Amino acid sequence: MSHATGVGYLKDGCLPHMWCPGCGNGIALASMLRAFEELGYKKNETVVVTGIGCWGKTDDYLLTNALHTTHGRALAFASGVKAYNPKLNVVVLMGDGDSVTIGGNHFIHAARRNIDVTAIVLNNYNYGMTGGQCSGTTPSERYTSTTVYGNPERGFDICALAEVAGANYVARGTVYHGWDLKEHMKEALGNKGFSMVEVVSPCPTHYGRNNSMKQGVEMLKWLKEKAVSKEKYAQLTDPEKEAYFVIGKMVDKNEPDFSTRYEQIRARALEGGAKR
Amino acid sequence: MQREAKLVQGNEAIAHGAIYAGARFYAGYPITPSSEIAEECSRLMPKVDGVYLQMEDEIASIAAIVGASLAGAKSFTATSGPGFSLMQENLGLAVMGEVPCVVINVQRSGPSTGLATKPAQSDVMQIRWGRHGDQSIIALTPATVKECFTLAVQAFNFAERFRVPVILAADEIVAHMRENIIFPDPGEVQVIDRKKPTVPPEQYKPFEPESDGIAPLAAYGSDYVYHVTSSMHGLDGYSNNDPANAQWRVAQLHRKLERYRDEIVMTKSYDTDDAEVLLIAFGATTRAARAAALEARKNGIKAGVLQLITLWPFADKEIAAHGKGAKKIVVVEMNYSGQVTGEVRRILGPEKDITLVNKYNGQIITPKDILEVLK
Ligand SMILES: Cc1ncc(C[n+]2csc(CCOP(=O)(O)OP(=O)(O)O)c2C)c(N)n1
Ligand code: SF4
Repeated sequence: MSHATGVGYLKDGCLPHMWCPGCGNGIALASMLRAFEELGYKKNETVVVTGIGCWGKTDDYLLTNALHTTHGRALAFASGVKAYNPKLNVVVLMGDGDSVTIGGNHFIHAARRNIDVTAIVLNNYNYGMTGGQCSGTTPSERYTSTTVYGNPERGFDICALAEVAGANYVARGTVYHGWDLKEHMKEALGNKGFSMVEVVSPCPTHYGRNNSMKQGVEMLKWLKEKAVSKEKYAQLTDPEKEAYFVIGKMVDKNEPDFSTRYEQIRARALEGGAKR
Repeated sequence: MQREAKLVQGNEAIAHGAIYAGARFYAGYPITPSSEIAEECSRLMPKVDGVYLQMEDEIASIAAIVGASLAGAKSFTATSGPGFSLMQENLGLAVMGEVPCVVINVQRSGPSTGLATKPAQSDVMQIRWGRHGDQSIIALTPATVKECFTLAVQAFNFAERFRVPVILAADEIVAHMRENIIFPDPGEVQVIDRKKPTVPPEQYKPFEPESDGIAPLAAYGSDYVYHVTSSMHGLDGYSNNDPANAQWRVAQLHRKLERYRDEIVMTKSYDTDDAEVLLIAFGATTRAARAAALEARKNGIKAGVLQLITLWPFADKEIAAHGKGAKKIVVVEMNYSGQVTGEVRRILGPEKDITLVNKYNGQIITPKDILEVLK
């Protein structure tokens, strides 16, 4: 059986891509486009909304509809697209800076609203595009270009945040585990309501260089070793847990999405059922 | 059949005007003195097959209306001072991406939270220049409840025709005032829809102007696939860093409005033919100016009023024409700096006798305040 390549969604003449050697963005993109192909997404019915950052520049490569927005606000633009036309497949690409740092408010509210979009959050633990400054996911003590003595703050757990905010589907994968990543993306895209896949991904140019993993391959090894299943993670001692993280599906629910609820409310409005 | 006049509030008239114009998507975050627009839309939108979406803040509100517009909706939001400040970055995206949409800014006092929620007309320059990057925009300003309705329709017509965000700059006085108006029947007032592409989908370029200077706009989900970006872009909507392209694109954003300037700039004049004293006013201050001019005439002073309906692009030609014959110019506005007065000076020159009548304490400018300087 031949596998999906996703190239049908890729603009001609874009390879090699603009990202640094060893960057995980290319694998994340390939996984997403394979998922599109396997789901039979039509270009004209698909809108990819991007934020600002290295991952946010992905729209340059796409043959689907696209909206390249402002830093942190992609989910808010996407919410407008989806709320007006619920038939569209709306996919939102954001970095960790975009999604849970400058855009944290939109992130939790999109999840709470359960708007039927799929957020693919590429977490490289720093601001790749602007030179590797720390972000809201940079772990405590890690080095970045603005935490040269170590990070005094703690980093967000993006999946936990999405879960408590009410997301219908939450999963974490890495670009080392490409096949699983595509499967998570497929599930997320297929799930109605707010879905979020966190993609842990190397930024060797900044995060790797600042944290003794200069080569892309060293970062991939780090993902291979430190990303473990929920079950494996549970067996670790507390000090060990610091260095490891869980991959896999965290949430898979079927609560009604915003548009479904809005149509119910609309029916009530048409019956004249206003409270006042 | 005799139609009944209704006693309507300015904000309500704006909401009804927007829906009359075909608006079917509202996203917003409540703020006095604009909240009645949100409340009215939350009641009406579900009934007209539209969407009301209350967002988490004003940054998200303008983002959502841009998204909805690209999906094919006539969309709008309403806010006031602090919220309008928050909207600036994404308003810039709407300019750059040539996204039709309407932003109602019911002006209130500042700076910052200021005299919440007293009236002001102090966002004149922010409306024009509030965003980074050189860009142009359309802004209209109503003086009556009827104009709240008609200019809301007009704002959508301009937005749709020229693919720009349009600001409807009301003020707290007009927005909260109640006057009798008759809502027009469908078809009675002209409603314009955006131009859709007619070329085969594979030939569509979302930023390629036709002979009228305006590029047609498809909708996400139609047969046309297209990109919109906040970044500098080529005719195809993909990012493009070529200097020649950037030079053309920035100019195009300005030129498409310059070309239709005479249609966009609207003024009204009252008794200006023989006026020796020309009062220039806009929004709520027009009302005091009119009363003052009528009173002055009783006292033998030939006064007339020029009302600016379009704030931006500025009424250079109209002010030059009306100001030429007048001995004295009086500009009436609710801000300290004389934001409109400065423009009038630029047009009529330093020799001209120009007086500013202003208040910036949240209190209404009265005809008496104006008559003081006419003595
Ligand atoms: C309002 C605003 N503030 C700051 C910036 C500068 N900026 C551009 S990208 C970026 C961070 C990108 O980091 P992330 O979202 O994690 O994406 P990555 O580049 O790592 O893929 C910043 C701070 C901006 N474009 N807009
Ligand atoms: S800076 Fe980092 S995130 Fe950006 S392209 Fe290079 S490796 Fe990738």
